Amino acid sequence: MIINKDLVIVGAGPAGLAAAIEAKENGIEDILVVEREPVAGGILNQCIHDGFGIVKFNEALTGPEYARKYIDEAERLQIEIATNTMVQDISSNREVTTISPEGIRTYKAGAIILAMGCRERTRGAICIPGTRPAGVFTAGVAQNLVNIRNIMVGKKIVILGSGDIGLIMARRLTLEGAEVLAVVEKLPYSSGLQRNITQCLEDFGIPLLLSHTVTNIEGHERVKSVTVAKVNEKEDPVRGTSIKFDCDTLILSVGLIPENEVALNAGIILDNVTGGASVDENLQTSIPGIFACGNVLQVHDLVDYVSAEGELAAKSAVSYIKSIKTGEAEITVKAGKGIRYVLPQTISADKDITFSMRVTIPSKRKTIVFKDGEKQLKKKFFMALNPAEMVRIELKSHELKDIRGLEVYIDE
Amino acid sequence: MNKSREIVCIVCPNGCRMNVSYDENNKVTQVENASCKKGEEYAVNEIQCPKRSITSTVGVINGALPLVSVRTDKPVPKEKIAAALEEIRKIRLEAPVKFHQIIMNDLLETGAQLISTKEVARLEKM
Ligand SMILES: Cc1cc2nc3c(=O)[nH]c(=O)nc-3n(C[C@H](O)[C@H](O)[C@H](O)COP(=O)(O)OP(=O)(O)OC[C@H]3O[C@@H](n4cnc5c(N)ncnc54)[C@H](O)[C@@H]3O)c2cc1C
Ligand code: SF4
Repeated sequence: MIINKDLVIVGAGPAGLAAAIEAKENGIEDILVVEREPVAGGILNQCIHDGFGIVKFNEALTGPEYARKYIDEAERLQIEIATNTMVQDISSNREVTTISPEGIRTYKAGAIILAMGCRERTRGAICIPGTRPAGVFTAGVAQNLVNIRNIMVGKKIVILGSGDIGLIMARRLTLEGAEVLAVVEKLPYSSGLQRNITQCLEDFGIPLLLSHTVTNIEGHERVKSVTVAKVNEKEDPVRGTSIKFDCDTLILSVGLIPENEVALNAGIILDNVTGGASVDENLQTSIPGIFACGNVLQVHDLVDYVSAEGELAAKSAVSYIKSIKTGEAEITVKAGKGIRYVLPQTISADKDITFSMRVTIPSKRKTIVFKDGEKQLKKKFFMALNPAEMVRIELKSHELKDIRGLEVYIDE
Repeated sequence: MNKSREIVCIVCPNGCRMNVSYDENNKVTQVENASCKKGEEYAVNEIQCPKRSITSTVGVINGALPLVSVRTDKPVPKEKIAAALEEIRKIRLEAPVKFHQIIMNDLLETGAQLISTKEVARLEKM
């Protein structure tokens, strides 16, 4: 039996919840949000530190408090959230197969919004030599164990990777009585936000070893030590620079990957750089009627923009369900010099568009330029640009009028 | 003697790098490169009495989850954080715990309240 739904949303994190609320407020009644965990809220449930919602609500909420605002609102609007239910498969004609303790169900959706979030890169993905003892965790798993399950991960800890989750966990584990010996980062700069380096490392005197990596893990049953060495510009370890840290735990904070297996099976085209779907300015993927938002589209550093993206995806899905015609996205947006990626990847340029992007390396006093051929459309000056911080720039429809191509680059 | 220090503002994600000048009595004479008033306030505080909000967890007995997340309702002086965490670690709450329930008043005479940031239901015995 196939159940019809106007809108199916995959994932009840901040992206999916914001999308559901926006769609309901825009007149879509028949919405189903599918969530594999027992509760809604996504990764925010385990992010118990504050700093969420500063942009959107002008207060520094903790993750659970930010999530609760949306969960309460979804409840008030009587939005159906199926928890403990996993989306197993999505077909290109918008059939969604779910699996739950009640069994397997198939839905036919008027539109679908993908909001599955990210998973973490693991040690296997970065190949550290050495033994395979217990005591190696990814930062998100450690966060879940310590903050939700009341299981302490270790006493003497080294963290590899300076992403925000790693920095936040350095502080959290220190506050819980562990000794964090060092945060080790392969790149010459941190991949986390500056404010997290200040309040999570400097506050506690935890050293940040830039241009260093873990070259070996020792120990049989449990980690006994890790060896760290300096790396050169090619990221190869430099001889004679090894330091051995006696520790019982290694935490990896080496990046996030959008969780796109079901999208791939549906035949959605992904972007090699972001790992998320390739989308137009309505956040529509290569399959009409399927939209993407939040961390499954691009890894975000601020949840506030995750919610904003969810709302945009919902507005577009509502238009699609109501058969409101939108322009053909025929213009390709190119990431030029100094820009790692730009979203959306294609546009029709008939409305205002907020572009989000990340730069390749940190720099100071630089201008980001949008151009069509040789014609400059917009310039924006930045005191500092940092790969850890997503940049968002809005172009008005009149600025985009009659363009034939679009390239974004950093002016020297 | 006038001194100066670079302080990274942690109030919002912009993370402005401010230059703060102050005299021997820690009176702030100038804040450069702050993009807003909140940053200036933070800089003055950081010189005179640095404060941080505390977020942590508290054990729950008979709860659907073993822990409830908590925070202080305002920042507390940095030098009291270690002692405050000692106190927080000793607390055990009986489920259910309500959202924004006050768990401790006037934590170590800082004037800050410790409040829960999520709700934990009581585990119903089968
Ligand atoms: C481990 C980890 C820790 C993080 N910590 C921080 C932090 O400390 N601070 C910070 O600012 N940001 C943090 N982030 C970034 C954070 O993910 C984003 O800010 C934001 O929460 C992303 O929202 P989202 O809704 O896109 O994804 P999520 O919050 O990840 O929500 C996605 C939801 O989709 C569900 N889902 C996935 N696949 C399926 C499926 N097939 N079927 C059904 N449901 C599915 C998941 O269970 C999840 O609930 C962290 C991210 C990760 C991965
Ligand atoms: S000075 Fe203002 S804008 Fe800059 S980080 Fe602080 S609060 Fe944010």
